[in-house]
Amino acid sequence: MQVRRKQIVKRGMKWGLLLLLIMTVVLPVWAQESDSSEVTDDEVNAVAKEVYCPVCESTPLDVCETQACADWRELIREKLAQGQTKEEIFTYFADQYGDRVLATPPAEGLNLILWIWPVVAVVVGGFLFSRYMRNLRATAAAAPAVDVALPEDVPPPAKDDYVSRIEQELKKK
Amino acid sequence: MIADLGYFSILMAFVTAVYAAITSWYGHKKENWRWVESARNATLIVFPLVLLASALLITSIVRNDFSIDYVWRVSSIEMPTYLKFTALWGGQAGSLLFWNLLLSIFTAAAMARKWDEQHDLMPYAIMVGSFTQIFFLALTAFVENPFTRIDSVIIPVDGNGLNPLLRHPGMIIHPPMLYLGFTGFTIPYTFAMAALISGKVDDTWIRTTRRWTLVAWLFLSLGLILGGRWAYDVLGWGGYWGWDPVENASLIPWLAGTAFLHSVMIQEKRDMFKMWNMFLIILTYSLVIYGTFIVRSGVISSVHSFAQSAVGPLFFGFIAIMFIFSAYWLNRRRADLASKNSLQSFLSREAAFLYNNFLILAILAVVFLFTNYPIISELFTGERGFVGPPVYEQALGPLFAVLVLLMGVAPLTMWFRGSVQRLGKAMLWPAVLATVAIVVMIVLGIHLWAALVGFWVVIFSMVLTILEFVKGTHARMKRGENVFVAFSNLMARNRRRYGGYWIHIGVLIMAVGVIGVELFQEETQQQLQVGDTISLGRYEMQFLGVEQRPGADDLIITEATVDVYENGRFVKTLTPRREIYTRTGQPMTIPNARSTILEDFYVLLAEQPTSPDSAIIRVFLNPLINWVWAGGFVFIFGTLIAAWPDAVEDKITAVQARRRPAVVTTGD
Repeated sequence: MQVRRKQIVKRGMKWGLLLLLIMTVVLPVWAQESDSSEVTDDEVNAVAKEVYCPVCESTPLDVCETQACADWRELIREKLAQGQTKEEIFTYFADQYGDRVLATPPAEGLNLILWIWPVVAVVVGGFLFSRYMRNLRATAAAAPAVDVALPEDVPPPAKDDYVSRIEQELKKK
Repeated sequence: MIADLGYFSILMAFVTAVYAAITSWYGHKKENWRWVESARNATLIVFPLVLLASALLITSIVRNDFSIDYVWRVSSIEMPTYLKFTALWGGQAGSLLFWNLLLSIFTAAAMARKWDEQHDLMPYAIMVGSFTQIFFLALTAFVENPFTRIDSVIIPVDGNGLNPLLRHPGMIIHPPMLYLGFTGFTIPYTFAMAALISGKVDDTWIRTTRRWTLVAWLFLSLGLILGGRWAYDVLGWGGYWGWDPVENASLIPWLAGTAFLHSVMIQEKRDMFKMWNMFLIILTYSLVIYGTFIVRSGVISSVHSFAQSAVGPLFFGFIAIMFIFSAYWLNRRRADLASKNSLQSFLSREAAFLYNNFLILAILAVVFLFTNYPIISELFTGERGFVGPPVYEQALGPLFAVLVLLMGVAPLTMWFRGSVQRLGKAMLWPAVLATVAIVVMIVLGIHLWAALVGFWVVIFSMVLTILEFVKGTHARMKRGENVFVAFSNLMARNRRRYGGYWIHIGVLIMAVGVIGVELFQEETQQQLQVGDTISLGRYEMQFLGVEQRPGADDLIITEATVDVYENGRFVKTLTPRREIYTRTGQPMTIPNARSTILEDFYVLLAEQPTSPDSAIIRVFLNPLINWVWAGGFVFIFGTLIAAWPDAVEDKITAVQARRRPAVVTTGD
C-alpha cells in the first residue's frame, strides 16, 4: 500500500516536473508572442525612427532594408512588449552598438560640442561681425569728408532709393 | 584599343593643362603675350580632349566591353541604352572624369571670351584655372583611371549593372546639376585669384564673373532641389532631406556661395567689403572641393558613398594647398583691399547684407561641424559619432527663422542710411497682417508654437516682398505705363533685384512646405489582408492585393494596389511598389502618392510581401509638401530672371569699364 502510494507520489512529481518544464519553456514564449502582437507597427516605428542602423550608417531603422534591421525592429517590438520605455531601448542600443546609433546622441562628453557649437558660432560670429561693423563706422568718423562727398545722388530719406531711380530712368526717356 | 585611346587623351589633357599653367606664367614673366595666347589655347584644347575620353568611355559601355573594370562595375548587357550613357557618372572613376568634362567646359568657355578689358588678369586666370584642372586630371589619370583593365584573366560575360538607386530619372540628372554647380564656382574663384595675384583688385573680376556665379548657383540650387525630390520619390522614407553627409556636402558650398552672391552687391554698389568678398569666394571654392571630397572619398560613410577609395588624402592635400595659396595672396593684398568707404548706419542696406552673411555663415559653421562630427569624434574618442536630424533641426531652426525674417526686412533698407522710424512704419501693417493670420490659425486649431512662429515670420516676409513688387510697379504706373507693362518692365530692367525677390518668394513658399512636413507629418503602418483598410486624417485606404511582374533587365517589381478615399469618397487608386534588381539584390521602395496642394497621402509597401493577399503598408500624411516643390520652381524661375543675359546692361558695363575701369555702379 505504502509502496503504491509512493509510486503515485513519484508519478505525480514526474508529471508535475514535466508540467513545470513545459510551463517554463512554453509559457514565456506564448506570453511574449501575445504581448508582442499587441505592440503596433506605429509604436515600433516611433522608436525605430530615432535609432540608426549600426551597419549601414545614416539610415534609420524604420526604413532600413537589411535583414539585420528587420531583426532589430523585432527586438524593439519585444522590448516594448516587455514594457520598456523609449529611453530604455535607446540606452540598450547605445550600450550595444555605441552612441552613433542614436539620432540624438546623449549630451555628455565630446557630444556636448553639438549643443555648445551653435551657440559659440552665433556669439563669437556676432561679436566679430559687430566689431567689424563698428570699425567700418569708425572709419566714417575719422574721415567725414567721404561721408559728405558720397551721397550726392542719394534721395531724401523718406523715399525708396530704388523708386527714385526708376523715376530718373523714366525722366530720361 | 578604345580604352588605350581614351587613357591617352586623358594623359594629353593633363599634359596640356600643365603646359597651360607653365606657359601662362612664363609668358607673363617675359612679358611675351604670345606665350600667354598659347596658354589660353591650351586651356581650350583640354575640353575636346576630355570630351573625347568621355565619349570613348561611353562607347565602351555601350559596346559592353567588360574588359574595362569600370564598365563591368556600372553596366550590364541588358541595361537600356540611355542608362549606358548616364553610367558615365554612375561610379567613382567615371564621376571624376565627368567632373573633369564639366570643369573643362566651364574653363574653356571662360577663357574663350574677349579679354580686352581684363588683359592683366588673363595670365593668372589661366594659371589658377589650370591648377584646378591639373589636380582633377591627375586624379583621373593616375589614381582613378576609368579605363583600367579588369583584374582578371577571364573577361566577364556580363557586368554588374548600374546601382538601382541611380536608375531613377531624378538621380540621372541630379549629379550633373550638382557637378555643374560645383565646377561653375571655380570660375569666379579663378578670376578672384587672378585679381589678387595681379594686384588689380578693383571689381573687374566681380563684373566679369557675376553671371558665372549666378549660373553656378542656379545649377547647385537645382541639384539640391532635384536631390530632395529624388529622395522623396525613391528612398521611401516620407521625407526629402535627411541631413545626410552627402546632402550637406552640396549644401555647405551652396551656403557660402549664397553669402557671396549677396555681399558682392555691396562691393558693386559701394566699393566696400572687397577683402570680405575675396574671402567668401575662396571659402566657396574650398568648400566646393571639400564637397567633392566628401562625396568621392566616402570619408563620412553614408548612403551615397558608392565607393571608398584612396582619393581622400589627395583631396585633403589639394584643399590645404589651395587654401594656403589663397590666404597668402589675400594677406599680401590686404592694403589694396581695405575699404575706403564706410558704414553710415547699422540699418542701411550694406548692414543688412552683413547680417545676412553673418546668419548664413553661422548656419554654415553648424552644418560643417555636424557633418564632420563622425571624423572629429573618432579623432578624439576613437569612437565614430553620429549627428541625426533632430540635432540639426534644433540648432538650425531658430537661425533659419531669423534669416527668413531678415529676407523680408532687408529690401526695406536703403543704401547709406536707415532709420528706425522708417523701417518701423514700413513693417507695421505687414506685421499686423501676419498676426491676424496667426490668430486665425489658432482659432482653426493650430496650437504648435514653433509652427505659429514659423508661419508668422513667413507671412510677414512674404507680404513685405510682395509689397516691393507693388511699390515698383506703382512707381512705373504713375508715369503712364499700364499694370502689365509696368510689372514686366520692372523685372526686365532690374533683373537681378527682382529676380532676387522672386527667389525670396520661392524660399518663403518652400518654408511653408517645410514647416508643414516637419511639424505636422502623420504616419501609420499596418499589416493588411485584402479588403482591410487604414485611415489617416480625412483619408481612408483599402488594400486590394499584391502582384509581381518582371521589369526591364534583371528587375522584379512587386506592386500593391490600394484605393484611396477622401472623406468617404473614392479619389484615386495608388500602386506603391518594391523593385529588386536580382543581380545586386538591392531593394528599392517606390512610394505612390495622392498629391494635392494641401497634402500628400503617401503610400509605401514597407516590407517585401510574402503572399498576394497580404502586405505591410506604411502611410504618410505629408501636409503642404507640394509647397516645397512649387517654391522650388519659383526659386529657379527667379534665378533664371536674375541670370538671364541682359544686352543693355552688358553694353553699359562694357562702356563704363572702358571709360573708368575702377568704379562701376550699374545695377544693384
